[in-house]
Amino acid sequence: MNFIEFIFTHQGEIIEQTGEHIGLTVVALAIAVFLGLPLGIMLTRYKKFSPSVLGVIGVIQTIPSVALLGFLLPLLGIGVTPAIVALFLYALLPIVRNTYTGIEEVDPAVREAARGMGMSDLQILANVELPLAVPVIFAGIRTATVINVGVATLCALIGAGGLGAFIFRGIALNNVYMILAGAIPAAMLALFLDMILGLLQKFIRPLIKPILILSSLVVFVIIPFIIVPSFFVHPFTAGFTAEFMERSDGYPGLKKHYNLSLNTVELDPGLMYHALKEKKVDVICGFSTDGRILAFKLKVLKDDKHYFPPYHVAPLVRGETLRKYPVLRELFSKLADVITDKKMTELNFRVDYKKEPPSQVAKDFLTQMGLEVIKNKKDKADIIIGSKNFTEQYILAYIFEQLIESYSDLSVELKTGLAGTKICFDALINEEIDLYPEYTGTGLHVILKAEKEISNTILRDERKVYDFVKKESKKRYDLEWLQPLGFNNTYALMMRESQANELDIETISELEYFLNKND
Amino acid sequence: MIEVLNLTKKFNGLTAVDNCSFSLEKGETLILLGTSGCGKTTTLKMINRLIEATSGKVFIEGKNIQDQKPEDLRKQIGYVIQSIGLFPHYTVEQNVAIVPNLLKWDKKQTVSRTRELLELVGLPPDDFLKRKPEELSGGQQQRVGLARALAADPSVVLFDEPFGALDPITRRQIQKEFINMESLLQKTMILVTHDVFEACELGDKICLMNEGKIKQIGTAKELIFSPHDDFVINFFQANRFQLELMVLTVKDIMEAIPKKECKGEAVQDFYEDARILDVLEAMGNIPQKEPILRIKSRDNKKICQTTSERIMTAFYKKRAKLLQ
Repeated sequence: MNFIEFIFTHQGEIIEQTGEHIGLTVVALAIAVFLGLPLGIMLTRYKKFSPSVLGVIGVIQTIPSVALLGFLLPLLGIGVTPAIVALFLYALLPIVRNTYTGIEEVDPAVREAARGMGMSDLQILANVELPLAVPVIFAGIRTATVINVGVATLCALIGAGGLGAFIFRGIALNNVYMILAGAIPAAMLALFLDMILGLLQKFIRPLIKPILILSSLVVFVIIPFIIVPSFFVHPFTAGFTAEFMERSDGYPGLKKHYNLSLNTVELDPGLMYHALKEKKVDVICGFSTDGRILAFKLKVLKDDKHYFPPYHVAPLVRGETLRKYPVLRELFSKLADVITDKKMTELNFRVDYKKEPPSQVAKDFLTQMGLEVIKNKKDKADIIIGSKNFTEQYILAYIFEQLIESYSDLSVELKTGLAGTKICFDALINEEIDLYPEYTGTGLHVILKAEKEISNTILRDERKVYDFVKKESKKRYDLEWLQPLGFNNTYALMMRESQANELDIETISELEYFLNKND
Repeated sequence: MIEVLNLTKKFNGLTAVDNCSFSLEKGETLILLGTSGCGKTTTLKMINRLIEATSGKVFIEGKNIQDQKPEDLRKQIGYVIQSIGLFPHYTVEQNVAIVPNLLKWDKKQTVSRTRELLELVGLPPDDFLKRKPEELSGGQQQRVGLARALAADPSVVLFDEPFGALDPITRRQIQKEFINMESLLQKTMILVTHDVFEACELGDKICLMNEGKIKQIGTAKELIFSPHDDFVINFFQANRFQLELMVLTVKDIMEAIPKKECKGEAVQDFYEDARILDVLEAMGNIPQKEPILRIKSRDNKKICQTTSERIMTAFYKKRAKLLQ
């Protein structure tokens, strides 16, 4: 499928998202203009406040967009309202500052002459200062517009829609056409709105008075209208990442498998957990060993109909290394099936939220298991252990290292933080590392690229998946999957523990039952 | 017409204008003269309340200016400033019509008044009405500024260094027109300047200020020939000779001109109230040896015939007498 075909098949969505994008931008911009203009004017009247007010607005501008959305989450939740508030805040600085500067830069002689002829302050403002400040004020509004069109793409991360939905889904799925289908209309939109404003600027002078009146109206009528509804109760909502929404083994399949029909919004992976904690959504798709499950008191719903593919972790070792150090097989059998989902969640939690070093967490874990940790480093490393670049992998790598060094006279070197499966796997094949912790599901899809027919037949059975990857890896790459450690880090639906207990929901089937009952 | 009583202005404890009092009759022109920072502009701006006085009173036509809204007061007072302050986004026509529009004049009346005023300040309306200020020279802008100040026919006009930004030649020309402008004859005017020639040229009375205080009020002749103190003497010292020739008229020195008539054809006539400086300048331009001039009274009666040399001699005699 080429790009043009992609556009045609998705034109409905593109139009809808463009509409949402325009809506977000224009509403936020309108509020910013109608609030920012009076604020800028006030500052010229009460100059001593101007450094502090402009300073505060300037600081808001420096907050990274995703962080700002995060700050707004506890207050305004997710969806259109916080998106508009965030866009409004970003639009404020250029508008207020340019209004202030534009008016300040009016020739003092002109102002003195106006006053000397008997014009009142309001007449000077409407007939002299604003008309002369129009070019500068408009430059501010145009800057704000371009900023807003850009930032509005990020609003897809909090379920507000817009062209960002395509962009982030495209990034998650590594689909360039999808990214472009969001990025190109966004760029065109920025240019188009800028052009419209450029034209408007030429005809604005006679419109200054109506705009002043309208702006006071907006402040008192429209803003409360937008802000207030967000404080009311929302229906039972699911917050899913763009990737989960789009992947066939994500929400679309889940829906069919469980006959589940959820009210969904798209959320940023990082914000998703927060949104659940802050009761802005009621169910999310997380990973089953994420430390935040413990930190935010979440409950993982049991996948009772075995929908999510198994991602059991096991050490993936080069065959040659095993033949050279057969002791490894025996050593790793000590770890077989000893880490539960809950245990791994706790270990992740200690590193992510308690800020304990992964090596310490690994040591504590081994000690708890009754294994003694002794340090006996030699100069030259016998074995090199790799890991991917997220917390769980670091912890596992340290556990492996300490286990090997305590119970054999082999010396270990760590190469942690390799960015992604492909890099780890290539390092292993090229003998740059000897082993690293890998997930069976990843082995199936990414490393072995199993054909659809095969993966579909075995996908729901964790044992079959393990056996398949073990056999095929050995055959194709002379790699050995040792015994799984026990936990399964896969997609999982999760709810707040309190709500799940209250509604008595333990499994996804029970969630489905609850939702259908309430329809 | 205008009565200023004990006017005082303090800025953060510093006294800018200290207890100033003066008054003007209708149609009179008063010059506020002094160096920068002497309080002359502050005094002027307290009259249309662009600056509010700390204490003291101002009456215009018997009415206390504090009893009116500042905006209403200002609409009745013409105001011309050095930097002119034409509205750059208005045409010449719109600029001149600002005060009539503020006063909600009838449209037709405003249009005809605007044309009339542009004629008056020497700018042909058909050429200038639709132009923007940026298309005008400095002198033309100041003329528009003057027309704008006169638009609603105020009886009082305030000028804050109106010619200060113009080049010397344009300044001299506009000053001349200014003196002869008929519509200004009936106006009561206060004009701020630091230029002693401008003061002597334009003022019926001069109010010399220093450090917020009035040093002396009087005609130019009084200030130059009867200074109250050393400050007044020193202020005019640098240009003393030229100023003396400016403030004395032929009539002032008539008694010292020899009665014996000069025989021959007079090349030029002067009224007796002509300034000596003007007479000498005019005669100096005549390429003839010892040209004869004739002096007449305002009702065109011949008074005498004489020469520049005799006038000069008479001036020296009279001057010595005045300075005694």
